[in-house]
Amino acid sequence: MSNEASMHADTSVNVPVEVHHHEEHAHHHHHESFITKYVFSQDHKMIAKQFLITGMIWAVIGGLMSVLFRLQLGYPEEKFMWLQDLMGKWWFEDGHLTAQAYYALVTTHGTVLIFFVLTAGLSGTFANLLIPLQVGARDMASPLLNMLSYWFFFLASVIMFSSIFVSTGPFSGGWTAYPPLSALHDASPGSQHGMDLWLIAMAVFVVSSLLGGLNYIVTILNMRTKGMSMTRLPLTIWGLFFTAILGVLSFPVLLSGFILLIFDRNFGTSFYLSDIFVATTNTALPNEGGNAILFQHLFWFLGHPEVYIIALPAMGIVSEIISTNSRKPIFGYMAMVASFFAIATLSFLVWAHHMFVTGMNPFLGSIFVLLTLLIAVPSAIKVFNWLTTLWRGSIRFTPAMLFAIGFVSMFISGGLTGIWLGNSALDIHLHDTYFVIAHFHLVMGVASMFGMFAGIYHWFPKMYGRYLNNTLGYIHFWITMIGAYLIFWPMHYEGLAGMPRRYFDYSTWVSFNQFEGLNRVISIVAIIVFAVQILFLFNFFYSIFKGRKVTTQNPWESNTLEWTTPIHPGHGNWVGEIPEVHRWPYDYGKDGRNFIPQNVPVGENEASH
Amino acid sequence: MSMFFTIAVIVLVFLIIFQIAKASEYVSVIKGEEKARADQNKVNGFLMIAFLIAGLFGVYFCNKVLYPDTLLSHEAASVQGEKVDSMLWITIVITGVVFFITQILLFYFSYKYQESKKRKAYYYPHNNKLEVIWTAVPAIALTALIVFGLKNWFAFTGPAPKEALQVEITGKQFGWIFRYPGMDQTFGKKYYKLIDDANSNSLGQDWKDSKNFDDVVVSQTMYCVVNRPVNLRIFSRDVIHDVGLSEFRLKQDAVPGTPTSLWFTPKFTTKEMKEKLGKPDFQYEISCDQMCGNGHYSMKGVIEVVTQEEYDVWLAQQKPNYYTVFPDKDPSNQKPQLATDSTKTTASVKTTDVVKTKM
Ligand code: HEM
Ligand SMILES: [Cu+2]
Ligand SMILES: [Cu+2]
Repeated sequence: MSNEASMHADTSVNVPVEVHHHEEHAHHHHHESFITKYVFSQDHKMIAKQFLITGMIWAVIGGLMSVLFRLQLGYPEEKFMWLQDLMGKWWFEDGHLTAQAYYALVTTHGTVLIFFVLTAGLSGTFANLLIPLQVGARDMASPLLNMLSYWFFFLASVIMFSSIFVSTGPFSGGWTAYPPLSALHDASPGSQHGMDLWLIAMAVFVVSSLLGGLNYIVTILNMRTKGMSMTRLPLTIWGLFFTAILGVLSFPVLLSGFILLIFDRNFGTSFYLSDIFVATTNTALPNEGGNAILFQHLFWFLGHPEVYIIALPAMGIVSEIISTNSRKPIFGYMAMVASFFAIATLSFLVWAHHMFVTGMNPFLGSIFVLLTLLIAVPSAIKVFNWLTTLWRGSIRFTPAMLFAIGFVSMFISGGLTGIWLGNSALDIHLHDTYFVIAHFHLVMGVASMFGMFAGIYHWFPKMYGRYLNNTLGYIHFWITMIGAYLIFWPMHYEGLAGMPRRYFDYSTWVSFNQFEGLNRVISIVAIIVFAVQILFLFNFFYSIFKGRKVTTQNPWESNTLEWTTPIHPGHGNWVGEIPEVHRWPYDYGKDGRNFIPQNVPVGENEASH
Repeated sequence: MSMFFTIAVIVLVFLIIFQIAKASEYVSVIKGEEKARADQNKVNGFLMIAFLIAGLFGVYFCNKVLYPDTLLSHEAASVQGEKVDSMLWITIVITGVVFFITQILLFYFSYKYQESKKRKAYYYPHNNKLEVIWTAVPAIALTALIVFGLKNWFAFTGPAPKEALQVEITGKQFGWIFRYPGMDQTFGKKYYKLIDDANSNSLGQDWKDSKNFDDVVVSQTMYCVVNRPVNLRIFSRDVIHDVGLSEFRLKQDAVPGTPTSLWFTPKFTTKEMKEKLGKPDFQYEISCDQMCGNGHYSMKGVIEVVTQEEYDVWLAQQKPNYYTVFPDKDPSNQKPQLATDSTKTTASVKTTDVVKTKM
């Protein structure tokens, strides 16, 4: 309720309402200092920008790491003396990346991209930006918790970053952190202090994600403007809503798994440990009776929903952008919501498909096969609905729209191979090969990245009041699209040759050394694609200050509420009353009218949807 | 030097692209928004269809070049693997059809329905009949895949046949140890606290258990018999590893504290495979498929598939580990040490060396 009060305060301060909004900073109510405006801001729009830019920094770091380890895979013989000079002896020896450094890079790359970029960077940005703007609220339910959510993320970032510099190196046991490898200090140098920092960073990250998620859920349920029933919510909000629910229900389980791991590492417990002989110290450990597989259950109980935590916001963004730029309603709105619900529910019931070869009970495995393949049905519904939305549309190829179409393409390519892997009798062959790498990079990595790019291009004018450069956007899209397929499509073939993932060097293997040339090609394309992302970043930061100015309130002729705010919305979003909603957000091309925003009352002769 | 040159070129390319982008923005402002959008739509619509065509060609080309390097290009080397392959083919066909239909529609629609003055968007918010169709059809196709899959899954994970050769395989950082049960066909007891690498007891065999006396322990290379099922009992000494058998199309984790198992029937001897593939250096390799530390990539084992006669000869040459540990108990003690023993130790030394130098 205190929030309600503060809102009234907001509006009353603004009484002499500005009607024209071409003037920047038209409605500054409280006198904000630099600190409260840009650093410890409680404005959801500023917090969104903080999440986005922190996510971008991590994306660059994670991307650079992949360039480094791709250099090793593409040029195992080559000496990179200049990199050694640059990075030092710990990483490079005699011009070659060390195995330890390779695994440290792979692990950090995975952790950072999945959690810091595609979870915090994606949900954090768009949930913060869009939830209040699209449901018609002045801010989140709790702006304070919202601010804390960012700062916990920031703290997690600092800790994770510092783990790169400890003398024994960052954690190097893979982003899945399976014990005993991750539990035993002597099993690998990366499992020493690097792992402690990794665990602390992840625990702090979970806190951030819970604070954010609870806030998103409460805001969507309680703070919708008048007339905004749940079935009038834009699909972006539905996607973010289910994402938040998944996070709130599954991250605590991950945290409990991590806490048990911390105990096993430091306090002599045996949750995951049993029957272990460590060769480096020549000792048999006292731990008995633990179960290493328990961790995998706890991990994947988050881990699988996590992949949807990454995918659902992108799906929501893409649905919204495809509909807007096809100038046509999203096809099957209710089916889209229902399939979100089905995916969210099923995603809690499929985790063990990552564990088919752990020796699990075959009957249990068969249940997970059934449920896993079931999840392909709602995924298929979504794809068919996007296709039908494009059909007989009037498509405008904004850069956002291109990325949205690219998302659908990637999601199809990567989703279909999920059907292979979900069938345990095939997974027993393909598990932990490059086939899995291809699958999840397409369906999750690239697809959700595309969703994020689409969102950035689409809402950049709302965030900064300027446009991104279109031509650079087109170059960015087409090179990334072509490059992503060139990188990941051939990896299916490597997987079908049985080539294991997480190998530092394949040259001694008769079964897998036939791909040397291919690996080189992949590495070269990866470097080019990385360079194009730098071009995008340049476009982003340049346009914040120098981009073409937005001159109309609703540049994409869109129906949703964020485009009814001033071009530079202040804290509180709307000047005066929050608009009332009279219709769903997808009245495009209805009765020959180009678009009808949600706040336009239903006409007398108009068939309401 | 070349480094600076490369960087300079990249920066230059960036600058040029940026100038072009900037210029085209001015041009589109001059042209007016409508006209600029129409031009951009035309270019990108064309690129959509071009991407589709180039992409389809790319899929074909990629398949042509890479298919021979995959396992699908030759027969699976185990009875189970044949079933995996036939399932792979069914799955490829079903998902392949969906892939081509949806991707073609996606890019074709994008191209065809680009904004045009002549056409208005068609208001088409829902159609329940369509939704039912595309819920039901995938569900049916998936049911078929599940039925096939589970039939195989239960066959693979069911109990091994009685006549199966019993072999124990233990993973450790970074190598494989194999144990054969000897004449009594039973493995002796072992306990991890008895592990003593210095005294040749790498598995922790309990010497109080007489069943251990005839157990044969080897490392690096395992022998098994063609057309005879082999049952692997899988252990780990330290962290999780995975017995990856790509030619047999199977794998199973090695988990410390929790034994697992895997059985299969090899169809071809190593020698036959060398001839079939025309690859004289062919080996059935065991790859570790679970991240296990810095030497993960070098954790290789070899399976030598031989005929029953060759196997018998090989086994007869192996000395039970008991005699290595207690040479005085060895009936053939008079003779000098057998050659097999020394190969074993040099082999394991070699793997650790490789790891160390690369680390
Ligand atoms: C059509 C629906 C999908 C099915 C049936 C499916 C199935 C699977 C299966 C069975 C695996 C385990 C493979 C293995 O490790 O051997 C897997 C791995 C993975 N999937 Fe999916 N998947 C689907 C969609 C998705 C989506 C939407 C995402 C993310 C947005 C995703 C992300 C991942 C990731 C990250 C992994 C790898 C995890 C690791 O590192 O081991 N999948 N998928
Ligand atoms: Cu999963
Ligand atoms: Cu391994």
